[in-house]
Amino acid sequence: MLKRLAVLLLFASLLTGCGSDNNSSTTLSYFIADAAQADVAARCATESGGAYAFDIQRLPNNAAGGREQLLRRLAAQDRSLDIVSVDPPFMAEFANAGFLRPFTDSEKQEFSAGVLKGPLEQSTFRNTLFSAPLYGNTQLLWYRKSVLQKAGVDPAAGPVTWDQLIKGASQAGVTFAAQGRRNESLMVWVNALIASAGGSILAPGSENLPADQVKTGLDSPAGTAAVTVMHDLAVSPAAPAGFSTAGEEDSRAAFQEANGGFMVNWPYVWAAFDAAIKEGSLPANFKDDVGWAAYPRVEAGRESAPPSGGLGLSISAFSHRQDLAVQAIRCLASKQSQTEFMVSAGNPAALSSVFDDPKIREMFPMADQIREGMDTATPRPVSPYYGDVTGSIQTAFHPPDALNPQTTPREANSLLEDVLSNKRLI
Amino acid sequence: MSTTTPAAPTTKAAATKTTHRRVRLTDRARKERNLGWMLAGPAFFVMVAVTGYPILNAIWLSMFDYRLTDPGAKSFVGLGNYATILTDGLFWRQFGVTVIITVVTVAVELVLGFALAMVMHRALYLRTALRTAILVPYGIITVVSSYAWAYAFSSTYGFVNPTFGLGEFDWFGGTWSALFTVCVAEIWKTTPFMSLLLLAGLAQIPDDYLEAAKVDGAKAWQRVKRVILPNMKAAIMVALLFRTLDAFRIFDSVFIMTAGAQNTETLSFLAYRQTISRVMIGLGSAVSVILAILVVLIAVMFVKVFRTDLSQQRGDRK
Repeated sequence: MLKRLAVLLLFASLLTGCGSDNNSSTTLSYFIADAAQADVAARCATESGGAYAFDIQRLPNNAAGGREQLLRRLAAQDRSLDIVSVDPPFMAEFANAGFLRPFTDSEKQEFSAGVLKGPLEQSTFRNTLFSAPLYGNTQLLWYRKSVLQKAGVDPAAGPVTWDQLIKGASQAGVTFAAQGRRNESLMVWVNALIASAGGSILAPGSENLPADQVKTGLDSPAGTAAVTVMHDLAVSPAAPAGFSTAGEEDSRAAFQEANGGFMVNWPYVWAAFDAAIKEGSLPANFKDDVGWAAYPRVEAGRESAPPSGGLGLSISAFSHRQDLAVQAIRCLASKQSQTEFMVSAGNPAALSSVFDDPKIREMFPMADQIREGMDTATPRPVSPYYGDVTGSIQTAFHPPDALNPQTTPREANSLLEDVLSNKRLI
Repeated sequence: MSTTTPAAPTTKAAATKTTHRRVRLTDRARKERNLGWMLAGPAFFVMVAVTGYPILNAIWLSMFDYRLTDPGAKSFVGLGNYATILTDGLFWRQFGVTVIITVVTVAVELVLGFALAMVMHRALYLRTALRTAILVPYGIITVVSSYAWAYAFSSTYGFVNPTFGLGEFDWFGGTWSALFTVCVAEIWKTTPFMSLLLLAGLAQIPDDYLEAAKVDGAKAWQRVKRVILPNMKAAIMVALLFRTLDAFRIFDSVFIMTAGAQNTETLSFLAYRQTISRVMIGLGSAVSVILAILVVLIAVMFVKVFRTDLSQQRGDRK
């Protein structure tokens, strides 16, 4: 009997052991989305002279997976989260639910000084900063110089439109890769097209309304223009095989093929070309043939609104070490850290000044283009119901080859509004 | 269940016997029953606590309009969520997809599983090695096998297209071809389970039956049809029941291979999207409750309509 009791007690103590906070008071848990964040964190911990250390936790490597994990843990008021890496479009949702510690006004000043417009806009919700921008991102138009003459377009000479590129690529018998896969990348594309045509997914002013009062802006000339581009590209001979399932890496693969011509993609591809050359899967002079330009326009006369991406560092509202976390973020998101991160991970810094660094300019010959793109970028809707917004868009705008400029915008509009007011499922 | 009946000679007899044996029990039977409760009782209550509470909680939550990121706006809507779901075309389409996947995979698995069970049963050499080899796919995690098949069918890196000379055919670009790949992955993964259950049934058929049939001049096909299949009915039904319940709740393969694109979403996917992606806890719980009811209906249908006797599988019959 005694023995049994002892076993029970042991078991009970094990159970409570799981729930208690065993970390020492200076160890911050740091949820990272990119492996390169760990190197920067290691340096910061050393530099702090023992003021703090990190317990690194890796988030799933796709945006939706990272969101789901953070959302579940934060909703459960998990105290073991201190610093979390938040993909910008999901920040508003977390902030609205009270999951994130707002940065104070002076901290806001500190973390937004010198930050480019795109990354800053997507870190701010209702005028409060909830994420310290770690890096920003934008897409560029990439092209193979050797196909330009046949295609009859020259992005280096001036802005080009989607329409010109689709026709040019078809004429030259080369591909024009974009991300038609039904995940967050489709949302990125739709948002960029609608914004480039002068519209917005959520009607202006409705971003702060309760879910059932949100009005959408899809059933508009901009919505029609976006659908037209998507459909035209998907059914054109320039669409690479498997267009409706192609993500960023598939686009890069299509671009690297012998019949690759054009592609819209994030700047990470530049570093990825290097890796492929080193590995021997691409010829050594491949990059000589690659050119880049601003994101294509939807209308010839209107400047394009390139996609905006990136990553922000937020502090959990349930963390017991919030002040220490702020101190750590000062180092994690510093200019030096952003520069290091840009070199190692190939992701563009959020701070404008990093792009003036000679080392960065050498590594990224398109540095100015990226900086400009991030300053003209239009973030995805900053909405507390972002999950519904992106889910509805991904349902309504897929597969791209089956879209209809006459009906899709109206259907997408009613789907999104119905989903937001809990009348339909996605 | 037929806990009070000792070994029954045939399924049919067992069924009729249990329904009529509502007469008084002997002392011994009563004591045995009490002992049974004492032995199984604690486990039973733990099971009820860990499964019953979440089920009741899900039913309760399914009556709210409740978004995890907007707890302030939580409101009671009664059966409103169920009305939303059942009147939405998406639910019925996904129900259809789920039924198609279930019927196709279970039917193919039954035939293949039976063939494999025969091979395992009859093999004279390397029996253990053979059985292990056949069971390997079942030992692989579904997510891993789904990735393997997703890569196999990929139009950029896959081996399927070059092997069959299909060029750049995009398997995941259309509903039917995408569903085909999902079914292939499912069948590859779970046929071993089916064959294992069938093997257990096959092993229960006394060799004398088959020898007698042989002596009477029955051909191979006749022996299968007249001797093996009728004697395996219970095992087949149990195998079908288990696999149908499993297949109806399919999630992993679809999630990995198509992420639900091209209208390949199943009912589990619907529950996932509402609960996990949209954090609409109320709506998601309602989908889960509907899914659970459907699963129970399938089980009842098998047990009542097809007279599946689960006790047969435990080897009670001898």
